[in-house]
Amino acid sequence: MANFIDRRLNAKNKSTVNRQRFIRRYKNQIKQSVEGAINKRGVTDVNSGEDVSITKKDLSEPMFHRGKGGVRDQVHPGNDQFSPGDKIPRPQGGQGQGSGEGNASADGEGNDDFVFSISKDEYLNILFENLELPNLEKNQLDKLIEYKTVRNGYCAEGVPANIDIVKSLQGSIARRIAMTSSKRRELKSLKDELSKLDASPVAETQARKRLVKAIAELEAKIAKVPFIDSFDLRYRNYAKQAVPTSKAVMFCLMDVSGSMDQATKDIAKRFYILLYLFLTKTYKSIDVVYIRHHTQAKEVDEQEFFYSQETGGTIASSALELMKEIIEQRYSDSQWNIYGAQASDGDNWADDSPHCRQLLEQSLMPKCRYFSYIEITQRAHQTLWQQYELVQKSQPHFAMSHIKSAEDIYPVFRELFSKKSAQAA
Amino acid sequence: MANSTPLDDGPDWTFPLLQTYQDEIERVAKHYRLSTYPNQIEVITAEQMMDAYASIGMPIGYNHWTFGKKFIETEQTYKRGYMGLAYEIVINSDPCIAYLMEENSVTMQALVMAHACYGHNSFFKNNYLFKSWTDASSIIDYLLFAKNYVAKCEQKYGIDEVETCLDACHALMNHGVDRYKRPQKLSLDEELKKQEERAEYLQSQVNLLWRTLPEQKENKASTAHRFPREPQENILYFIEKNAPLLAPWQRELVRIVRKISQYFYPQKQTQVMNEGWACFWHYTILNHLYDEGKVTDKFMMEFLHNHTNVVSQPSYDSKFYSGINPYALGFNMFMDIKRICEAPTQEDKQWFPEIAGADWLETVHFAMENFKDESFILQYLSPKLMRDMKFFNIHDDQNNSYVEVSAIHNEAGYKEIRSKLSEQYNLSILESNIQITDADVDGDRSLTLCYTPQSDVPLANNHKDVLQHLNYLWKFDVKLVEESNSGSQKVLSQWPEPETKKAS
Repeated sequence: MANFIDRRLNAKNKSTVNRQRFIRRYKNQIKQSVEGAINKRGVTDVNSGEDVSITKKDLSEPMFHRGKGGVRDQVHPGNDQFSPGDKIPRPQGGQGQGSGEGNASADGEGNDDFVFSISKDEYLNILFENLELPNLEKNQLDKLIEYKTVRNGYCAEGVPANIDIVKSLQGSIARRIAMTSSKRRELKSLKDELSKLDASPVAETQARKRLVKAIAELEAKIAKVPFIDSFDLRYRNYAKQAVPTSKAVMFCLMDVSGSMDQATKDIAKRFYILLYLFLTKTYKSIDVVYIRHHTQAKEVDEQEFFYSQETGGTIASSALELMKEIIEQRYSDSQWNIYGAQASDGDNWADDSPHCRQLLEQSLMPKCRYFSYIEITQRAHQTLWQQYELVQKSQPHFAMSHIKSAEDIYPVFRELFSKKSAQAA
Repeated sequence: MANSTPLDDGPDWTFPLLQTYQDEIERVAKHYRLSTYPNQIEVITAEQMMDAYASIGMPIGYNHWTFGKKFIETEQTYKRGYMGLAYEIVINSDPCIAYLMEENSVTMQALVMAHACYGHNSFFKNNYLFKSWTDASSIIDYLLFAKNYVAKCEQKYGIDEVETCLDACHALMNHGVDRYKRPQKLSLDEELKKQEERAEYLQSQVNLLWRTLPEQKENKASTAHRFPREPQENILYFIEKNAPLLAPWQRELVRIVRKISQYFYPQKQTQVMNEGWACFWHYTILNHLYDEGKVTDKFMMEFLHNHTNVVSQPSYDSKFYSGINPYALGFNMFMDIKRICEAPTQEDKQWFPEIAGADWLETVHFAMENFKDESFILQYLSPKLMRDMKFFNIHDDQNNSYVEVSAIHNEAGYKEIRSKLSEQYNLSILESNIQITDADVDGDRSLTLCYTPQSDVPLANNHKDVLQHLNYLWKFDVKLVEESNSGSQKVLSQWPEPETKKAS
């Protein structure tokens, strides 16, 4: 008497809920661990999760149990040398001590960490918790460019392919009930009368004939009500719904003049990684455009962007000009969500800075969702910073921040994208 | 019976092949008079096995973070290769659910079927503890009820509230068992019907107990009645019935945890016997099939390889030693009982006059049905087996700087070894003896627990954390005292702590 059931195709993640509960409970510890690790990540492991460690002590579930000490007896197998009465120095540590199973788990209050992995999604959720893309909602509706066909109730007219059979038959049943119910009631009373008549001892042929005829007529009438009528037909209705585009392009602008050393570039790179990761949470496909500049700007690939060394002066506006050109050529702002991120050490040719501001205010900011500028320097701010401060005042979706060292990146990033009702307004 | 053709020995299995093996095993099991619940054999993947692990073998569990933690732990150790997964998990239910892992070869599947579906299953059905303390037919329904109830509470009162309450209950789970009184049978219908009724009734009872109307003073002074009248060992039960400020749904959660704890209690008490019995039968059944020529030599080699791994007992100085292997002890004891029945020596006749030479099948069935680990060892551990396993007892008194070998496997030591080993499986010694002695119903409503140490073993020092949990349920002061042999009491801890109380 045995019944075999193949459960292999059942959902395997019976424990998912419990796992989420666990992560929920230890969110703070996990978050600390994740934030500590963010600066160690390279651009290549964008798609991986993260190992998280929590101190075991925080995880313990207390129970009453027996502690160490007292008088104990313990039977062991495999005696090869002992005789009764042998005295052995008490071994340190667990072996040969304690009450067996009961104690092993109880003494496990070591300093070991409980290490486990979280998936990419969990990682991103924790990393970007409480952050949001600014102005997302405000701008969304005026940039509708894609339509999607969605179901939209039922209608009485349409093409045969769209007939909804269930709905139509429901209509048919309803109509038939509505059209015949009074007749059926009448029919029932007539039939009752007839049976009474049949039961009565006196034969009333005349009345009987009349009843039978009336019944036949009613039955014919009921039968005439059609099973289905064109009135019953219902068609599935579809409507076009506008959806905001899920395409985004991210412009990475970086100064590669002689004053930017590799360390500074690495800091910038981490900032770009964060921004990229953050955008992947909202958008399905993201294009990344790398523009580097010294006195001239050039669109390059990732490798060249981060690792080739150039020398010379700095004209930041060249990069902005190029960005503007690329937007006009390839990324129409009605179809793309445009994000800009510029990193620089603040050096710029003094006369060029007002030009940068003008470019931003007049041609770039109206097209961008968000533009962030980070200045990575240990020195005092220069003209570019001052001009950009003016931009920040007039443009709500422009953000700028100052980074001194690698540790600042994540806090600054959080600051730039933290949920601010004031900024969104 | 050399004329029978052997069954296909795989290594891959198919469902028809499993069915054939199961039919053969069932036939042999019947031959040995194993009476079982119907079997429901479920084939699952390794990941599903980890799920089953995480929920401590409950096929349906309510949601709680601690199961998530267990799952992550299992997953980690498994993925890093520290640990293999068990070949099977079997659930004490009617029908008896056994999980087979798809990775197993057909030999392993046959081994597992004989082990779980006929060994454990017949144990669940016939052992007196399971018979009287658990109700296999309703456990699945009850677990389902518990899961839904917890989910409902989460929706109604929030995940955090429910989680805190369950945390508190889990901390006292080991003290939610009736050790001497047989629990009521569970039934889903009844449970649902009665649950609301009970909630209301309980609340009214509690209110009665805690009503603030002043009693007649002279009466109170004269009786000086204690509440509870007798010390209560089932802390969760006491909380469920008497905690003054618990909401009805919280009482129900306490009850759920208590019931589940009660359900698992017999399993804790019969580990050696249960595993020993299952190993004894998979060994006996598959050997029987081999003798009939039903299984091949190759099958047998693979089976014996796995079997010996399972019942091996590393000696005390081995690096693999981690206490006595219950599979080994149990298997050896049942084999030994069979030996004593079939071929008793002079010594056996002296030690076991009542079973030496008796019918072995009758005897092992009797042993399985009427004992638990502690009494089973006391009754059946033979000098021969003690010699074979080379048992010795270490006496450890913390007042000495040494430990002493008090008995070994010789004429003078048999009795001591046997009783010490039996004590090792005595849950009432293993689990700390903590009882509720006083709830100050007329005063500040504080609750007093009393720990009575056995052989001077102190309580591990995390008792304050547990008290915090108890305080969450009781809502008034809780206090833990230790009563020494001389009867004097000293306070171990109390919550809220006296200082903090003053400060606030």
